[in-house]
Amino acid sequence: MNEKLAIETRNLTKNYDGTTVVDHLNFNVRENEVFGLLGPNGAGKTTTILMLLGLSEPASGTIQVYGYNPTREPLKVKRIVGYLPEEVGFYENLTARENLRFIADLNSISPTDTARRIDEVLEMVGLTQERDILTGKFSRGMRQRLGIADVLIKEPKLVILDEPTSGLDPSGINQLLELIANLPKIGTTVLLSSHQLYQVQRVCHNVGILSKGKLVIEGSIDKLGREALAGGRYIIEVETAEPSVELVDILRKIKGVSGVEAEGNVLRVSTDSDLRSEIARTVVDSNASLVQMKVHEFSLDEIYMKYFKEEE
Amino acid sequence: MLAILRKELADHFTSVRFFVLFLLVLVASGFSLYAAHQGIRTTLAESEAVTEGGFVFLALFTSSFHDYHIMNLAICIIVPITGIVLGFDAINSERASGTLSRLLAQPVYRDSVINGKFLAGIIAMTLIVGTTLLLVAGYGLRMIGVPPTAEEIIRLFIYGVLTVVYGAFWMGLSILFSVVFRRAAGSIMVPLVIFLIFYIFWVFLGLGQEFVTAIAPITSDTDAATQIQQAGLQQTILRLSPSYLFQEAYIVLLVPIWKGLGAITYSDLSYMLPNPLSLGQSLLAIWPHLVGMVSLSAICFAVSYILFMRQEIRAT
Repeated sequence: MNEKLAIETRNLTKNYDGTTVVDHLNFNVRENEVFGLLGPNGAGKTTTILMLLGLSEPASGTIQVYGYNPTREPLKVKRIVGYLPEEVGFYENLTARENLRFIADLNSISPTDTARRIDEVLEMVGLTQERDILTGKFSRGMRQRLGIADVLIKEPKLVILDEPTSGLDPSGINQLLELIANLPKIGTTVLLSSHQLYQVQRVCHNVGILSKGKLVIEGSIDKLGREALAGGRYIIEVETAEPSVELVDILRKIKGVSGVEAEGNVLRVSTDSDLRSEIARTVVDSNASLVQMKVHEFSLDEIYMKYFKEEE
Repeated sequence: MLAILRKELADHFTSVRFFVLFLLVLVASGFSLYAAHQGIRTTLAESEAVTEGGFVFLALFTSSFHDYHIMNLAICIIVPITGIVLGFDAINSERASGTLSRLLAQPVYRDSVINGKFLAGIIAMTLIVGTTLLLVAGYGLRMIGVPPTAEEIIRLFIYGVLTVVYGAFWMGLSILFSVVFRRAAGSIMVPLVIFLIFYIFWVFLGLGQEFVTAIAPITSDTDAATQIQQAGLQQTILRLSPSYLFQEAYIVLLVPIWKGLGAITYSDLSYMLPNPLSLGQSLLAIWPHLVGMVSLSAICFAVSYILFMRQEIRAT
């Protein structure tokens, strides 16, 4: 993963009818990463996306998408960016293939390339069988998958997916997430907007959480969890067969351990760094039988809930 | 824009509504031919009474049946409806089905979307008008066996262009409402109501005439200057309706003997030669009409263009 930026926004602001929807937003998306833009409904995710595409004009602030300004050079941006809107729609009187051909046509892809790429992308999303069916007869999940195919047909450098998993069944979600996770390998950066936290957690390298148009936190999920929930510390969970008060005291004395909480058989040890080996040695030395030990993984849910609890 | 134009045309030609419109065209052409079959002799007798030869071929298009110029009646009803049907869901159907944001995320200028749609509509309209005229001309030629003169062909061609422009006005109007209204029901109702008022009430049922007679009455006890002034005012008000404009232009173009534009005094009438207007003179007479209709269409298109360009794609 290199450090070139795919998206860079500076003090991005947007007002609708007097209310500020996006408020001095700063965030960066590096090339070839999957970036998750999170936030509750109405946080300004879609508005931000529309501004990234130049479909909506910012009130102030700047955006760079691969070095282009979407407001001034929308066509250059749209040529390299694929966008899947939340409520994706197709021309229902056309088949899947005809819909894709139209988009290829709009992107000035040559007819020979078009045929090949249509087959490729339909294969990728698993719609090869349904390619000659009118999209009016497609189910929600099929439409969503066709939407992904539609985005990929122009071989974009960046794809922006707005709530791509909404309305999909679990196996559909899995397929889609796998597809998304593989995109950076073929040189495509992904910006994913969602409030399905578990899914974002699985595929995103970095996330940014939006609330009321402001970015409340940005970074990798591990880092966010440590900063947000544990004050920058590691939480190491130690499970023993029978925990004792002495063990807690011993653990507290290890250098770098700032606190130990007992919770049934599990001791939650908060530390400044990853002290697993020392803790393990200590536990074994104290003759307690160690069942298992792991660094607590923060789930995005916890981070998210913490932020939105503070909001209220 | 070519890609959009291509797709819109394909959409038009494969749609059910286009098929229905074509059925309508067939019926209208058939009926016009029937009217010509029944009434062409009377029509010709009226015009041939004063000139050698007359415009036999044009009489195919102007024959009356039960006092109505069937061809003109059909065109006056079908063309606006065609225009409205071709345009009423141009933008809002894309918005409703969620294809608009996908379309605008492609590397195309936003105006090519609306330009492509308008152009595709005009091409479809040209086909419909052209088919109607050619059907009547072709079968009429078989029926009467008199080939058209060069002048008649030119007059018919100009009439065709005029009709397309007239249809483009209605299409522009309905595209305008398809930008304004989110729902197709609104964007088809409003232009239809406007059509009802401007054509059915104003022209066909003669409410316009009633209205102007009430506003600017011509009474015999005033002097000639006042009477002519009043008549001029009447005509100006009547011409507010694009349908009235179109009707006038139709008569001037296809009934060359008719010179009823503007008021004529009885004394003038006695000096008037009962011969048809030359092509140049006819064109001169309807030039304002043509300009008026072109600018009406242009205004409708321009307003919808501006509204569409300024409309923001919003999150909700």
